[in-house]
Amino acid sequence: MSTVLKIILQRLALGVLTLFVVSILIFAAVNMLPGDFAQAILGQGATPDAVEAIRRDLGLDQPPVARYFQWLAGALQGDLGNSFAQANFASFVGADSGGNTASVATQIAPRFWNTMFLAGVTALIAVPFSVVLGILAALYRNSVFDKFTNIFTLSSISSPEFFLAYILILFLAVLNPWLPSLSNIYQGMGFGERLEKTLLPALTLTLVVTAHMMRMTRAAIINLLASPYIEMARLKGLSPMRVIVRHALPNALAPIINVIALNLAYLITGVVVVEVVFVYPGIGQLFVDSVKIRDIPVVQACCLIFAGAYILLNLTADIMSIISNPRLRHPK
Amino acid sequence: MMGISRRGLLKSGAAAGVLAATGLPVMAQAKRGGRLRAGLNGANTSDSWDGRTHSDLYMIASAQGAVFDSLTEVTADGSLVGELATDWEASEDAKTWTFNLRQGVTFHNGKAFGADDVIESLQLHVAEGSKSAAQPIVASIAEMTKTGDYQVQFTLNAGNADFPYLMSDYHLLIYPAGQVEEAIAKGIGTGLYAVQSFEPGVRMVAKRVDSHYKGDAAGFFDEIEYIAINDSTARMNALLTGQVDAINRIDFKTEALLKANPMVRIQEVTGNQHYTFPMLTKVAPFDDVNVRRALKYGINRQELVDKILQGHGLVGNDTPIGPANQYYYGDMEPLSYDPDKSKFYLKEAGLTSLDIDLNVSNAAFNGAVDAAQLYQASAKSGGINLNVVQEPADGYWSNVWLKKPFCASYFSGRATEDWMFATAYEAGVPWNDSQWDQPRFQELLLTARATLDTTKRKDMYHEMQQILRDDGGVIIPMFANYVQAVSNKVVSPDTVGNLWQMDNARMAERWHMA
Repeated sequence: MSTVLKIILQRLALGVLTLFVVSILIFAAVNMLPGDFAQAILGQGATPDAVEAIRRDLGLDQPPVARYFQWLAGALQGDLGNSFAQANFASFVGADSGGNTASVATQIAPRFWNTMFLAGVTALIAVPFSVVLGILAALYRNSVFDKFTNIFTLSSISSPEFFLAYILILFLAVLNPWLPSLSNIYQGMGFGERLEKTLLPALTLTLVVTAHMMRMTRAAIINLLASPYIEMARLKGLSPMRVIVRHALPNALAPIINVIALNLAYLITGVVVVEVVFVYPGIGQLFVDSVKIRDIPVVQACCLIFAGAYILLNLTADIMSIISNPRLRHPK
Repeated sequence: MMGISRRGLLKSGAAAGVLAATGLPVMAQAKRGGRLRAGLNGANTSDSWDGRTHSDLYMIASAQGAVFDSLTEVTADGSLVGELATDWEASEDAKTWTFNLRQGVTFHNGKAFGADDVIESLQLHVAEGSKSAAQPIVASIAEMTKTGDYQVQFTLNAGNADFPYLMSDYHLLIYPAGQVEEAIAKGIGTGLYAVQSFEPGVRMVAKRVDSHYKGDAAGFFDEIEYIAINDSTARMNALLTGQVDAINRIDFKTEALLKANPMVRIQEVTGNQHYTFPMLTKVAPFDDVNVRRALKYGINRQELVDKILQGHGLVGNDTPIGPANQYYYGDMEPLSYDPDKSKFYLKEAGLTSLDIDLNVSNAAFNGAVDAAQLYQASAKSGGINLNVVQEPADGYWSNVWLKKPFCASYFSGRATEDWMFATAYEAGVPWNDSQWDQPRFQELLLTARATLDTTKRKDMYHEMQQILRDDGGVIIPMFANYVQAVSNKVVSPDTVGNLWQMDNARMAERWHMA
């Protein structure tokens, strides 16, 4: 087991390094975009005086390198800084009033939990659904069922997300008013209502991620079906279902877990379009809004969360593969 | 009297029909109660209750439209009434204005309203380092004096007959003196609705104040909920599935679908919102009035209204004064598309053809790039070769507008002529996006501003519009209607305000449940 621990520590250290590189890249990229926060927030009203005033207030008049290291120093102490947008309004009032509204952490936290909630609901539906579908497809491979499943999941992954979303809205909200098309969940909403409002976006995302996981499950299992030990199992007279679930699946877990992890990471980082269509207040919308107004502290924090999600989920996937594989668990 | 007045012009026959069917005078039978749920765009995660930062419908409807009040208010038919002020009086030269304030008004936190609140709230806009868009309005006040607990006297730098109108600006919200910070953080105003919860860029819920000075005349809902829906398809879905009762800004492409739904009606008003192509008149070749005239005749205005606005608008004649203004010059000879006149004026300018760049982006207005391409095609036969340069939407207002000699822009218009001209046509103001400075126009502008006689003002404002049409540096091909949709569960009055979307953003105050 100590090998696993060593790998975890190694990977976590590498992860921190990755986060650092990501933060540099993002900072540089946002700085290279035309316009800055002052110009973006003032829009048509960007008179030179006003732009100057905002830049001075937020320290945007300092060189980028200095600003980056200021941010980094704060971030290392766990302070992700203050959102430009909120800080700007605080300065409007003439004093930094109620610091609680201005910090990036307080701004992101509710959005982050919303995103996690959506990702969680989607995962609870999508993962069992696709794995079962994949097993069945492997079991009845080349049958009508297998072909139908493939065509269905492949066409849903090939369609743009917003198209799937509108199709679901049409059938589940407009023609048959079963589910709300608006997923504007808010703080203090009951769990049941929240779940009901989250269902449509979760179903849309399920359609988006199913194909990938289902195809991998199917392929990994079929791959093993040609192995001698499966043949042995068959010769013992086991039922096809038992052969697959008890004998083939455990050995196919590693690639399946990998794909599941990748898709979960996608659910946390890449659902902006679905959020917009369903008006779901997740982190994706906040991220896009912040890029639009060049609110660097918020953009940085969002990117770190995204990168962190990828790193942790990949790490989990690797560890799960090791645990599920005795040869890796007990290396010679 | 209940006919469709000029200023409440309802362009859409369908909308007018439905309204006529449901519309009885509101005062007589407005029903109290219910919850208004509106899906509105223009919301941002950076929104706050600071009126100085408001620029889009969502916060205007939430703040001035529900939670806060201003000194004066423009009614749906365009007349001016007092809100926190009861009445006002001007000196002969329109330089000194005395406002009497309403007594017995309290803020949502129980503080009584008085003259100090007005003075402190207005001063926010001229505070050191203030970025308020209403800064020029307040800066025109030389002195604010408290002449009584419920009276304030304003001495202006120069006479301004429209001053009470300016006080209705949506930036000029009245906060409780001494508690401004708290009021901005929590949303404490004197409005009909008190904030229950506010998540910037997501949702705002407010509850009707029990005893309000507007009494039974306004604010008929028990509760209002404004949901931020920036995506137009999502807004339409929300309305069609009954999750909201009203939405703003209909996508013209899907308007037919909404019209087909019997539970929903479309509301359309022609206001002052206009789309423009400003040229810098201090830069060659636009410094030559003949070049400007050639360009004015090279654009097919009707085609733009038909194709870009899909008919939801009105042809403009290079003046920013629209049908929602008092002195709108509707009978002015229109600038029709005429390539021969373009050629003629080019010749007058000593040119046989003209090659210029037109820098556009859809950030200026929805469809600006298409509009520029139509302009390019129509101008060609008049000997003008427009090169349409598509600019990125990011940073358009900072890098293109006011910088490139010929570009696209828009204005939402202003309640009064002088206000509009002072914003973008007075020589030397920062938003004069054509750098235009015509002596007669500037002279009339100052005279009309200090004139209280309406007949004289009308003549002057008409002459100014004529000058803009013939000489001005901004091509204004169209006024874009405000098109919104309302569920039949909600009743709106016959005349809907046309200064802003959603009944001047005051639907919470004026509408009620069916």
